[in-house]
Amino acid sequence: MELKEAPTVANKSLPLLRTEELLLNLGPQHPSTHGVLKVVLTLEGEKVIKSDPVLGYLHRGVEKLAETITYNQFIPHTDRLDYVCAMYNNFAYVRAVEKLLGITIPERAEYLRTIVAEVQRIIGHLFWLGTQALDIGAMTVFFYTFREREVLLDIFDELCGARLTTSWYRVGGVERDFDQKIIDALYKFVADFPSKIEEYDTLLVNNRIWLARTKGIAVISGEDAVRYGLSGSTLRGSGVDYDIRKVAPYGAYDKVKWTVPLGRNGDTYDRYWVRMMELHESTKIIKQCLDQLPQGDYKAYVPQVVAPPKERVFTDMESMIYQFKLYSKGFNAPPGDIYCGTEAHKGELGFYIVSRGDSKPYRLKIRAPSFIHMGAFDYMAKGYMIADVITIFGTYDIVMGECDR
Amino acid sequence: MNTDSTPQSPQQAGESGRANTNDQGSTRVEESPRKAGGFFKIPPGMEDGGEHPVAQRVRERFPSAFIGATLFRGDLSIHLKKDALFEAARLLRDDPALDFDYPVHVTSVDYMGEPERFEVVYDLFSIRKKHQVRLKTRISEEDCTLDSLTPLWEGFNFMEREVYDMMGIKFNNHPDLRRILLPDEYDEGYPLRKNFPIEGRGWRDTFEFLES
Repeated sequence: MELKEAPTVANKSLPLLRTEELLLNLGPQHPSTHGVLKVVLTLEGEKVIKSDPVLGYLHRGVEKLAETITYNQFIPHTDRLDYVCAMYNNFAYVRAVEKLLGITIPERAEYLRTIVAEVQRIIGHLFWLGTQALDIGAMTVFFYTFREREVLLDIFDELCGARLTTSWYRVGGVERDFDQKIIDALYKFVADFPSKIEEYDTLLVNNRIWLARTKGIAVISGEDAVRYGLSGSTLRGSGVDYDIRKVAPYGAYDKVKWTVPLGRNGDTYDRYWVRMMELHESTKIIKQCLDQLPQGDYKAYVPQVVAPPKERVFTDMESMIYQFKLYSKGFNAPPGDIYCGTEAHKGELGFYIVSRGDSKPYRLKIRAPSFIHMGAFDYMAKGYMIADVITIFGTYDIVMGECDR
Repeated sequence: MNTDSTPQSPQQAGESGRANTNDQGSTRVEESPRKAGGFFKIPPGMEDGGEHPVAQRVRERFPSAFIGATLFRGDLSIHLKKDALFEAARLLRDDPALDFDYPVHVTSVDYMGEPERFEVVYDLFSIRKKHQVRLKTRISEEDCTLDSLTPLWEGFNFMEREVYDMMGIKFNNHPDLRRILLPDEYDEGYPLRKNFPIEGRGWRDTFEFLES
């Protein structure tokens, strides 16, 4: 190899230091990626100039699987999408199937669903807050948020026997009713929880490191957020007033008083603030729903579609036949296609179902908010430091099980 | 059968499930509203959405590409020819009366055995006007390409990549059309096509067993 003369200060045409772009693989086994996610970063020094998320490490082909099983059999598979928030996935799915079938459910079931969905939203936000703070370097918050999360998971355990993969929602209602123990536990929780939110706030809002690492980081304007299809708190942090619970109310959301918190700057701090406010709003919704909880059935009586109550199955021939047909063959949905979006705690979780009149979906598409948020990752990470990339994973609240499906 | 307390639609679903399950599956393919010639019939159980203001606006601007519109459970679907999809989407985005600003999702459906095999479905929403529309277009297996809508809504970038990855539909003018969920070097086809095997290809049966 031919040796070249070393550049000198006098020779101004040559740069003193060689600079070039650096390609860095972040992940797939990095603890902050909330699952198995790889991002190929093009760096200039510490600044990110391009990023390319490499997805699919957790791809299990759920949409293909859905085409081979009946509508009811798919409910447990939705638990495994966003595995920290199974209840909301169930809710989004059964709502979509109910829209396809065109059935309405009893009022008590709507209230029960709303209460549990909001409990799940609180669990999701607590999980997010703990891990986001942990990623940024504030470890204590994690212990505080998981303390309350544990209380709520115990309620789920009481309710359906499982803490994470719950499968409590059913097409046409819910699997079982609340008992007094759960109602008491929820009342106790909503009485205590606002003071706990203040506690988390005291750990973070005056923390200089937290503020420096969230304020002005990963800013996205409202118009850009809409063009990229962001949803949920990530969209509302940019000041866009879009919440499906208000736009197309479902459950009991139109029967209780609550507000949609909106951010102003569209940065990581505003998204944090929006989620903290949503914790307060969820507490209010649960409290009002518990106060208003009507008497009645927790399942619609549509025996062709919804399993009849066990008492009827044991005493009534018709119900027994329906029960047998439902569990051996499933129900036939009318031909057609529907899309039904639900405001899960990460964003708009939607199911698009095409039916051709069979007992299995002809095509089932999941609109996963985590996947769509990753589409805006390159745009939002551009120009920030490597350390901020970790913050952006956290601010989307991604779960790879849902992103890769 | 106890019919008193049941709502209308599941009742019908249950009845059809009981009465004509067997012939429904077989007749559906022949009676499909889509033939290669492109005439359009409202499928049973759906309403005509042609009177909907959004559908009317699209029909005024693209009379030859507008195939039909349906309403099902309150969802408006507009069927378009594939050449006009991009321009129609641009109209939906830019017309202040329509103002569709939010990309909801992109999906593809494989109707294997029909002349125009794939259907690509775009769902749009307007956050300001609070209304929804679904654009549907059919493409054939031989010419499996479609104009990308990513230049209009950036959010469609990843979603169209997923459609390409799973169904093999190529999008023209897409900035970065690569596989997204499957590895780049994956060459066993497109998983969500109906002819993709769901039970393996039998290569395990070719293993030799040791005789004991």
